[in-house]
Amino acid sequence: MKVISVDKLTKTFGSFTAVDHISFDVNQGEIFGFLGANGAGKTTAMKVLCGLLSPTSGSATVAGYDVYRQPNKIKQNIGYMSQKFSLYEDLTVLENMNFYGGVYNLNNEQLNTQREQLINRLDLHNEAKKRVSELPLGWKQKVAFLVAIMHHPKIVFLDEPTGGVDPITRRQFWDLIYEAAANDITVFVTTHYMDEAEYCNRVSIMVDGRIDALDAPASLKTKFSADTMDEVFYRLARGAKRGE
Amino acid sequence: MRVLRFILQKEFRQILRDKTMLPIIFLMPIIQLLLLPLAADFDIKNINLVVVDNDHSSYSRQLTEKIFSSGYFRFAGYKSTYSDALALVENGKADIVLEIPASFESALIREGRQQLLVAADAINGTKAGLGSAYLQATVAAYNQELLLRWYPAAQQPAGVEVLSAYWFNPHFKYTYYMVPGILVMLITIVGGFLSALNIVREKELGTIEQINVTPIQKWQFVLGKMIPFLVIGLVVFSIGLLVGLVVYGIVPEGNVLVLYLFATIYLIALLNVGLLISNKNSNQVQAMFVAFFFIMIFILMSGLFTPLDSMPGWAKVISYCTPITHFIQVTRMVILKGSGLVDLLPQLGILCAFAVALNAWAIWSYSKTS
Repeated sequence: MKVISVDKLTKTFGSFTAVDHISFDVNQGEIFGFLGANGAGKTTAMKVLCGLLSPTSGSATVAGYDVYRQPNKIKQNIGYMSQKFSLYEDLTVLENMNFYGGVYNLNNEQLNTQREQLINRLDLHNEAKKRVSELPLGWKQKVAFLVAIMHHPKIVFLDEPTGGVDPITRRQFWDLIYEAAANDITVFVTTHYMDEAEYCNRVSIMVDGRIDALDAPASLKTKFSADTMDEVFYRLARGAKRGE
Repeated sequence: MRVLRFILQKEFRQILRDKTMLPIIFLMPIIQLLLLPLAADFDIKNINLVVVDNDHSSYSRQLTEKIFSSGYFRFAGYKSTYSDALALVENGKADIVLEIPASFESALIREGRQQLLVAADAINGTKAGLGSAYLQATVAAYNQELLLRWYPAAQQPAGVEVLSAYWFNPHFKYTYYMVPGILVMLITIVGGFLSALNIVREKELGTIEQINVTPIQKWQFVLGKMIPFLVIGLVVFSIGLLVGLVVYGIVPEGNVLVLYLFATIYLIALLNVGLLISNKNSNQVQAMFVAFFFIMIFILMSGLFTPLDSMPGWAKVISYCTPITHFIQVTRMVILKGSGLVDLLPQLGILCAFAVALNAWAIWSYSKTS
């Protein structure tokens, strides 16, 4: 079953075409890696799918809802987490959970269960009442991810969730991603780490606003006769005209 | 409604947690209410008067004594010539020159009339105008005295004398007039800036993006931002009323509840102006400048410091198009005159219209999609 289907989706800013007629589908429960160099258009495409930007042309449905006509329906069914910001630093872990759980209209019982699960899962018993600003970055990102899926969305969008995070925490983060996928949450993730690309079921690689490759990591490596995803990425992305 | 509750909880937590802003929000109005009424005193005192007495007679001395004992004038010196006296005005050491002619006493007694020269430094027009007026009033009183002394039995020539009765502020205390106005100005500054800087701050931090991917409705978000500042605004208003009562002895003549009703409606209008500014700008510096622009216009065109009636017609139109003008009228009417809700229906209508329109505009201007 497809939870995201995108057909010739385009987003332009003035004369600049950030996303250029991209088409792809994402299956339910899949971990979908969305790769590309800086400036390739990943974040723009993701923001269109989340309803943060309106598309210029093309069509797309997310969780079965149309991006033009039903952005609010989409918002009820997705989670979103970006690299830089998502939690309120001046609120505690618990207060952030209350707030986000509340705006997704979880009832008190669900809220309590989710809170307990999250604190147990991350072993945050001592930190739950600390302000988010006091937590190390890796912890913040793990909390932010679990907060983003508190309402059990159909899809969670992750925009470079592990940027600047140490290798051990990154592994732990990916454990969380696998758990979410096992719970039937589709994961749509952008990353610059090619080892993470290997963890995905399928990856797409964007170059200059277009999707130049889309397949399972193993197939891509065969196709480009490369040993690693790094090499695959390098071969595709070095042809790129634009950077940051 | 449940979602709104969670938003409000979060906003209140963030505001109450900010240990630098909170004291500023509440201390600033107290300090300003203690200081500003002193500066906004329209009673002109301490007018520096330099006297050129060319007569040196007992009448001229009586006259100058009488002038200086009025309390409005400060002695800036005796000079022997008019040009010496004018030099003092030129260095800013004196405001007004009074020249008494050489034959003041003899001509006064012989001919029954005499002329005095008053020259005022009109750079500060108010001081010059009021100073000359006080001087004329003092001279007129002296004149009256002389007439009585010379012709005690004579029948006074028929004349019209003006007797003033100062209604609603019988002792003509400027604080009664200024303190309510300054209070309005303070809640305008606190409410205007706080609301203008709030949403834009979430834009800077990036948390607004997280809000925009949630199913929060636009009205929930805007109300969630507005209500906490409404509460803060009303607390500041209460502190101000209390300072007015304790320090200046101002007891509102009218119903305090009416005052609060209007304060609430006014704050809703004002806060939505701030939220609009916050929605339209992309960083706090921009929002600050725009908010400053509007708050300056609001305050200076509101009739707080200058009477509305003396503005040109087009300026009056602008003034009536700002909610603060109407709220200042209301506070003065309720506090000084004891007006009730029925007397204030026009203002109630106008302020409600402002509040509803601005709130709708603020909600409409907040876009979850760019």
